[in-house]
Amino acid sequence: MASVFGSCPLPVLDHEQIVLGHGSGGKLTADLIDQVFLPAFKNPILEKLDDQAVLTVGGARLAFTTDSFVVTPIFFPGGDIGRLAIYGTVNDLAMSGARPLYLSAAFILEEGLRVDDLRRVVESMRIAAAEAGVALVTGDTKVVNRGKGDQIFITTTGIGVIEGRVNISADRARPGDQIILSGYIGDHGMAIMSQRENLEFEGAITSDCASLHGLVAAMLSTPPGDGSEFIHCLRDPTRGGAATTLNEIAKRAGVGMVLREQSIPVRESVRGACEVLGLDPLYVANEGKLLAVVVPERAKAVLHQMREHPLGQDAAIIGEVVAEHPGMVLMKTQIGGTRVLDVMFGEQLPRIC
Amino acid sequence: MKYLDEYRDGDVAQKIVGEMRRIQTRPWVLMEVCGGQTHAIVKNGIDHLLPEGVELVHGPGCPVCVTPLEMIDKAHAIARQPKVIFCSFGDMLRVPGSHGDLFTIKSLGGDVRVVYSPLDCLKIARANPDKQVVFFAIGFETTAPANAMLAWRAREQQVDNVSLLVSHVLVPPALEAILQSPDNRVQGFLGPGHVCAVMGYREYEPISARYRVPIVVTGFEPIDILHGTLMTLRQLEEGRAVVENQYSRVLGADGNKPAQALVSRVFEVGDRKWRGIGNIPMSGFRLREEFARQDAEKLFDVAEIATLEPEICISGQILRGIRKPHDCPAFGTLCTPQRPLGATMVSAEGACAAYYAYGRHLQPPIVACAPATVHG
Repeated sequence: MASVFGSCPLPVLDHEQIVLGHGSGGKLTADLIDQVFLPAFKNPILEKLDDQAVLTVGGARLAFTTDSFVVTPIFFPGGDIGRLAIYGTVNDLAMSGARPLYLSAAFILEEGLRVDDLRRVVESMRIAAAEAGVALVTGDTKVVNRGKGDQIFITTTGIGVIEGRVNISADRARPGDQIILSGYIGDHGMAIMSQRENLEFEGAITSDCASLHGLVAAMLSTPPGDGSEFIHCLRDPTRGGAATTLNEIAKRAGVGMVLREQSIPVRESVRGACEVLGLDPLYVANEGKLLAVVVPERAKAVLHQMREHPLGQDAAIIGEVVAEHPGMVLMKTQIGGTRVLDVMFGEQLPRIC
Repeated sequence: MKYLDEYRDGDVAQKIVGEMRRIQTRPWVLMEVCGGQTHAIVKNGIDHLLPEGVELVHGPGCPVCVTPLEMIDKAHAIARQPKVIFCSFGDMLRVPGSHGDLFTIKSLGGDVRVVYSPLDCLKIARANPDKQVVFFAIGFETTAPANAMLAWRAREQQVDNVSLLVSHVLVPPALEAILQSPDNRVQGFLGPGHVCAVMGYREYEPISARYRVPIVVTGFEPIDILHGTLMTLRQLEEGRAVVENQYSRVLGADGNKPAQALVSRVFEVGDRKWRGIGNIPMSGFRLREEFARQDAEKLFDVAEIATLEPEICISGQILRGIRKPHDCPAFGTLCTPQRPLGATMVSAEGACAAYYAYGRHLQPPIVACAPATVHG
């Protein structure tokens, strides 16, 4: 590079320290994993880079995952950090087709946090865990000095069991497969942002945070036959949004994807808020949605099954897997053009005008 | 969504493109002036819909892109200071100066905040009386009224710890600089809709007449852009060169008079450096002398910072419409939004960044997608 840009005073940003973009779930996060974590911990299970590890222990197949939650504000329309901490981990387990069983929770509390607020968070975790049918069986608590945390950070770890022959993984997407989205995208990210920035939009936006294991179970039991035969991939598009998740699947499976913009469900209020703020709903976080890659001949049946479930009422087929342009996601735009949906490279930034 | 879907209708788009095909007799080169228009064109794939021989080149209207490196370095010097809260529009945070970007400064302990409205700075200043709140006031005529309002209110309400680092630029002098360039290719302009919503479009009439070039003030939705393109083509094919208004649902000839009055009370026109283009006489706003106490450049003693622009980056030629992003050997390889080498790769509105974000560095042959069997 020096030979081409030797005299160029513009720096190439190698980020000698962590910046917020490293936590965005986009390219910077992927770089950090590739350059720092993978070289240290490399093993065949980790290298799959799914949202959960699948372990075989004494004949049983277990799904195992962990996630940290650092959201501000801790209470937001439609949920709170406690509910997120349960659902997030339960959903990561569910995306392997596992039945979630046990969770651990570790709390980092900032000096000065109101005990009432902690109680509220814990109560909401209790309700969420009961709903998801999981037991919180171990935990830990630490307190840090005021200013060294942000009220409350929660890490949850979960174990679930994968029954039967279920084999769901990002690398199983095949050309011809249909891509199903379980409902409206962008609700969670825009709810948080409008609360954080004190923005008021017509028709309040609430977080979609929900436990998806029930919806997954319903999908796996789509009659007739065995769900593991026809559901190839499941992912919940959290940080980085639907576009980033689909890119991950396309790259892992070595396939291309073509989406139809008009088929993608986005609420009017979320679309409006995104238009105003210069954001793209395809890159906004969700906490109660899933993307499924399903064999073409069963896609309609799975879609039907999803729509019978309260969390899948607005499910839609949004595109398909193709053999062309492996690793790349294209979208047919409403106006009739085509664009590439790339991975987000850092944080989504509001545009100036 | 009402007022949006009407302007994104594929059938209407096809009709407009059909009309372009019907009237077009030869190739034409048009420039869309605004970064917001460039963004919409690439995001929606509008350039792929145009008839062959109708070329859109991307103009200088991205405020982040044309803010000179020197000004970015001044901003960073201020933002690094301990008693400062540095406020900015979001996409300025990733713009690299000579030593990192505002994200880096934030990660090293600088207090850098994204604001949606300049007036938010007043609230922040009242809540932090021991800090100086500095707003990075950049942009074209579009952002000038809101930025002027911050200076005005700060003075009026005696909020003494608010100041502005001003790097405001004006569209008409930039259009003249493009038209006067010996290698100019541009034959017609899609004029800047939001700039004209503030300023009106009378000041474009002498430019259109002097250089015999059609200027059609155009909006930002796909149908707006196609319609503006058609109107410009019509003028070219008919041998006319006047200012027309495609964006009449938003603006009239005179613009927003109260906004103009406020802007001229706070700002005066002066010379301004443009990133990638250089100095253009009388092409920007600066704070009037009465607002010296709100002028961060004076408060922080950064006037001496001078930075040379890179010689290799072709962003200057891209901003003038002479070359396209993928003409640059570094585009999408050495130069990406993650590691930008030039201004046009930095902002979402920059031509290079728009090309990159919508995958033009890896655009494969387009494959057809089978129609949906079930609609959502």
